[in-house]
Amino acid sequence: MTHSIFIYILIAAVVSLIIRALPTTLLRRKITNRFIRSFLYYVPYATLSVMTFPAITEATKNPAAGYAALIVGIVVAWFRKNLFETAVLCCLTVLVIEFFL
Amino acid sequence: MGKDYSLKLETNRSELVKGMRDGVPIGLGYFAVAFSLGITAKSIGLAPVTCMITSVLCHASAGEYAVYTVIGENAAYIEMAIMVLVANARYLLMSAAMSQRMDSSLSFFHRLLMGFGITDELFGISIARPGMLNPNYMYGGMLISIPMWAAGSAIGCFSGGVLPERIVSALSVALFGMFLAIIIPPARGNRLIGAIIAVCFALSFIFSKLPLLSSISGGTKTIILTVVISAIASILFPVADEEEKEDGR
Repeated sequence: MTHSIFIYILIAAVVSLIIRALPTTLLRRKITNRFIRSFLYYVPYATLSVMTFPAITEATKNPAAGYAALIVGIVVAWFRKNLFETAVLCCLTVLVIEFFL
Repeated sequence: MGKDYSLKLETNRSELVKGMRDGVPIGLGYFAVAFSLGITAKSIGLAPVTCMITSVLCHASAGEYAVYTVIGENAAYIEMAIMVLVANARYLLMSAAMSQRMDSSLSFFHRLLMGFGITDELFGISIARPGMLNPNYMYGGMLISIPMWAAGSAIGCFSGGVLPERIVSALSVALFGMFLAIIIPPARGNRLIGAIIAVCFALSFIFSKLPLLSSISGGTKTIILTVVISAIASILFPVADEEEKEDGR
């Protein structure tokens, strides 16, 4: 079955808006359920970790460059905590390594 | 009658300008990362204009990456809904945190628009301001950074096929660099988060390599692993109030 790009994007837009605006518009009290609070706290780390590896090693032409970018990204993020720098240095790592390989 | 946040007031105009100023470095970072997202969009056959519309409506790195993954796999609509939900679930938490800092009389329209503007960075700079949130500050940040995000993705999508393969390969990791910049810094002060990241990396790797498990789509894998790992972590290590506050984003 072929799906419509328009409907895909509409679903994505509506779901994105609901997630972002539901608490701001409806929630006027603090969430007290400890499990839900903990779950929401851990979700971002789990999602982004799963999405990053091993995908980063499959995104580059040469997997070794992807692994190098992963290590550089972790080190830069750890010491510099800067989003822009981390992204740029990951790109440069791949550029340099693929130039030699 | 609640607080007046209209632009007739000088203080509100100055908040808007401050937000725009703080939005510039964010926008520059967005442009680079969105460019890499645009390349992903190009690779699954999307047009630059479609990419730009998606970027304005969704404006989220992980969320949009999920969107393109689902479209690329021609997966079911329900998978799109669940993937976007999971990839953006952190915004639910940020939105909840922001709701605690809004004037109780703040109108539905302001609450909706501020919710729409939530990203890791815009949430970060907004929540860092003292006192009750002034919507105009966040709007200023949105006015600069969201168009730059959209432009970056459209230009990336447009030039993805024109750029040399070597450059495309390098730019395609920008997105993952951004993901790392979000998850790694909190691991510095919290070993548990570091351990969770390591477990996720390991299981994600195993899922993609084992013969039977590797047939599962990337989107489904993300959903299953996120829900299972987060739920187990929540049961074993429930979060205390203080940890959430320290995290800050």
